[in-house]
Amino acid sequence: MRVPLSWLCDFAPLIADPADIASALSGLGLVVEGMETFGAGLADVVVARVLATRPHPNADKVQVVDVDAGDGEALQIVCGAFNFGAGDVVPLAPVGSRLPGGMQIGRRNVRGEWSNGMLCSGTELGLTSDADGIMILDAGLAPGTALTEALGIVADVVFDVDVTPNRPDALSVAGVARDLAAHFGVPFSVPGPPAPAGAGAAGPVSVVVEAPDLCPQFTATVLTGVTIGPSPQWMAQRLTLAGMRPINNIVDVSNYVMLELGQPNHPYDLDRLPGRGLLVRRAREGETLVTLDDVERSVGPDDCLICDAEGAGVGIAGVMGGASSEIGPSTTTVALEAAWFDPVAIARTSKRVGLRTEASVRFERGVDPEGVGRAVARFCQLAAEVAGASVDGPWVDVRAGLPRPARVVVRTGRVNELLGTELSPAEVSSYLQPIGFRCTPTGDGDFRVDIPSWRPDCEREIDVVEEVARHHGYTEIARTMPPITQVGGLTPYQRDRRLVREILVGTGLSEAWATTFLAVDDLTRAGLPSDAVEVENPLAVEESILRPSLLPGLLRALAANAGHRRPDVELFEIGHVFLPPPAGEALPVEPEHLAVALGGADAAEAVRVWHVLAAGLRLVNAGTEAAEIPGLHPTRSARVLAGGTVVGAIGEVDPQVLAAHGIDGRVGWFQADLGALLGAPRRPAVYRPVSRFPSADIDLAFVVDEGVPAAAVERSLARAAGDVLEHLELFDIFRGPQLEGARSLAWRLRFSSMDHTLTEDELTALRLRCIDAVTAAHPARLRG
Amino acid sequence: MTDLVDNVAAVESDGLARIDAAASVADLRAVEQELVGGKRSALAALNQRLGQLAVEERKEVGRAINAARTRVEARIAERAEHLAAGEREARIAAERLDLTEVIGRRTTARGRRHLVTQARDELEDLFVAMGYQVAEGPEVETDWYNFEALNMPPAHPARSMWDTLYVRLGEAESTLLRTHTSPVQIRVMQSQPPPIHVVMPGRCYRRDTPDARHLPVFHQIEGLVVDRGITFGDLAGTIEAFTSAYFGPDIHSRLRPSFFPFTEPSAEFEISCIFCQGRGCRVCSQSGWIELGGCGMVDPNVFAAVGIDPEEYSGFAFGFGIDRCAMMRHDIDDIRHFIANDIRFLEQF
Repeated sequence: MRVPLSWLCDFAPLIADPADIASALSGLGLVVEGMETFGAGLADVVVARVLATRPHPNADKVQVVDVDAGDGEALQIVCGAFNFGAGDVVPLAPVGSRLPGGMQIGRRNVRGEWSNGMLCSGTELGLTSDADGIMILDAGLAPGTALTEALGIVADVVFDVDVTPNRPDALSVAGVARDLAAHFGVPFSVPGPPAPAGAGAAGPVSVVVEAPDLCPQFTATVLTGVTIGPSPQWMAQRLTLAGMRPINNIVDVSNYVMLELGQPNHPYDLDRLPGRGLLVRRAREGETLVTLDDVERSVGPDDCLICDAEGAGVGIAGVMGGASSEIGPSTTTVALEAAWFDPVAIARTSKRVGLRTEASVRFERGVDPEGVGRAVARFCQLAAEVAGASVDGPWVDVRAGLPRPARVVVRTGRVNELLGTELSPAEVSSYLQPIGFRCTPTGDGDFRVDIPSWRPDCEREIDVVEEVARHHGYTEIARTMPPITQVGGLTPYQRDRRLVREILVGTGLSEAWATTFLAVDDLTRAGLPSDAVEVENPLAVEESILRPSLLPGLLRALAANAGHRRPDVELFEIGHVFLPPPAGEALPVEPEHLAVALGGADAAEAVRVWHVLAAGLRLVNAGTEAAEIPGLHPTRSARVLAGGTVVGAIGEVDPQVLAAHGIDGRVGWFQADLGALLGAPRRPAVYRPVSRFPSADIDLAFVVDEGVPAAAVERSLARAAGDVLEHLELFDIFRGPQLEGARSLAWRLRFSSMDHTLTEDELTALRLRCIDAVTAAHPARLRG
Repeated sequence: MTDLVDNVAAVESDGLARIDAAASVADLRAVEQELVGGKRSALAALNQRLGQLAVEERKEVGRAINAARTRVEARIAERAEHLAAGEREARIAAERLDLTEVIGRRTTARGRRHLVTQARDELEDLFVAMGYQVAEGPEVETDWYNFEALNMPPAHPARSMWDTLYVRLGEAESTLLRTHTSPVQIRVMQSQPPPIHVVMPGRCYRRDTPDARHLPVFHQIEGLVVDRGITFGDLAGTIEAFTSAYFGPDIHSRLRPSFFPFTEPSAEFEISCIFCQGRGCRVCSQSGWIELGGCGMVDPNVFAAVGIDPEEYSGFAFGFGIDRCAMMRHDIDDIRHFIANDIRFLEQF
């Protein structure tokens, strides 16, 4: 809402500096997003008449102009605009003047021609948004006249106020002024002419309301003797400053009243209204209507229509009028509609027809149900002043159950309890009375508070507490800390999730965060099943579904990095994935997943990362079990097990999938359900004694048939070695033609005893036992 | 002319035989090149000889050449698919790896936590030190948790403050991507009685076209305190405490009235501009203040939705963007860096 300061001063004597007013507004929750001055800095600009124009001898983009600036002499100006000719009257900034934007005008030589000033566009003067050419003024103006005098410009300041949805009263100049007056402690009044006399159900125009639930109050007033023409400068200027385009005096009065009092209203040309009456009804199924903006719109039974007396629609109630009965140059008789529509119904209609207007915004937030008469009276007063209109007979006022403002109990004790203040009852009421909240003491510091009709957002004690806080000043409330008796902390899951990040970062991986959204194609390209939760109203196809896997996002990241010559990037991500809900559930299954993607690395590298992670988490029985996994290389993938349950998958991304993503080389992959992974059994962090006696290493290399997992051999070794085995590690792998379908695997076994140094004999026996165990259980032989 | 037709037949049958004999996709591509690939190929060479023929003959031979080309190309495509499948099968079989046969990982470099994680962890730690627990919730929510329980019944005008993405589940617009972390407040209050001191970080969504300042996915952290005797002054003190702790002791906060359906009184909180220390600059539009988030006292209707007596308990809530904090702290000009995963960005922090 753009609010001119001069307009605010119609209601309250605000003498503060504009910057202080802006800061007061922000402190009241009417946040000022911008402040503009208008008509300032124009003191030196004068009216000039163009005498002649001619091409510049040395430049195409400018012309040479002679003007008369009031002294009858030809003054030469070089000008870059071509939208005028001899005889036109234009604004001139003479040498020595300064424009509102700060530009200093001097005598300049432009490619050999002298320019003695500058002809100005509306934008350069800060008067209009038209920057395309020089502003053309009324031809009757005398050269030399000061521009401000010629145009009747009054310097003003405009506050651009962001009005929150709970403050419909502040969608009016009067409402903003009321808050400011209370803040500065100055009187406030809405100078309201009396409402037209003799309101009743009948008058010079017929009114039938068939949908009183949607339209609890509808009034119509007839004004005759109207002369349509332009509005006076003061009104046009205020409307322009408030962001509305002046149209003609009657339409301008309508907008002026809406901006001033917050009551939308609509003038009809009564002579173009068949049956000379208005009917309010629900729209019919499939009905359409052409609105003022020349768009044909579909309406239905939940929408309220304003119709002529014969039942044809002339406007969508509270949203936009129709084109058929628009005010035009020939209008002489006006029927003014001012009504109160159901806010929820207007909100729904506005959303359904896709039209948000100044009127619909006000109605859906709630206009003052007691303000219709005041607005009608103001309209009549202004229409008389600017269009010669006079009211014809009694106005028609049809009502059916307007909402009544609330009355609530407000306890000073409760106010202080909630705000942490020590306000007295007198202070509480001193904040409320000036904004129209009538406080009647009921004892013990309690009040009965009558909420004013223009504050439909206030209906409970707590809402009044906010008003007290607002006018007391949020920044005036002393800062305290809540007493906290609990100990803060993370859950074990949250701590472990951080540990996972630490381990992975420690082993060289960086963390990625991909978007949650995917296109349907992304799943096919990644070799994944197409079962996914769909987004109902995505803005782009790339946002059609929610990711069921972290694979597509990480592959995209690897491909993008490869494009920057970084094919070897190692990433991990932790994030929610989404699977369709099981029968009977409303929400998707939404586990948190961990995934690791290793650019330029094979499945073995992924396993190495998994080993680091499993060791860091102290997992017991962590392992892998060969299996085919969607999206992964069929012979280089495995299920990941922890404590005997499957917690994820590991391997290498399928070459086909990599090709589809334009990735050369291999990509190692590991994924896990983080909840399952962190829920798996872990070795407790309990001290295990370490031996005081020296340990001994035995290296054993076996030629093992391909097809026998190394893990199987390792298990045999561990079993055979028994409790003196301190450490077991695969340290060498060798393949060669002479081994024919087998490979050599070498382990280092470290032995130690808790109670003595192992003897040569014992070690020899252990060695033999290990060898026997392996060769007995597997197609393997000791490598010589 | 018959001569030429015979030639076409010979080229075709020879070609088909060679296609069938190709042992690999690479061989096949070579054969393809010789038969149909470009001006020097066998069929193209025949085409060039058409010029020597009379018009009628030219048509007939031309048709024969085209038919032969079609058959040859079809056979190539068929063979290519067969060979590719075979090659894949052979490759897959040849590449079989025993994933238990792996020697330990050796790394020297350390990676980086994502910047959003770093900011989130730091904020969590700060609140944990103030005595808060950390709670989380689902990103796909029901309308009830995201709107209705937060004092926004169906068709409430305030719903338009959020551009909501819905998912295609259940009745129309019944299930959505949470527009804020506030549904977690509801879940926490349903699951435990006061006193409650909790922060709730997580990913949120809005229907928005990506640009330097907006992404459809973003991260928020929200706080909730519910106990006997909690005041608006406690809210202001808490905001001051964590903003100074996170942004530095010279940075201060202020509250000003605002509107959120789930709090009353509601406020926006601002911090003194971290770029100009409150002197006024382009970033803060010369105001010296930067808006950070929203807050307020928990609305009694929200307490009613979870069965907490607003006469006995009161509480406050606040929320703000994690991404934005990280952007301000590290002078990042485009939020899209956060999901691009460019290692040259990730490695900087």
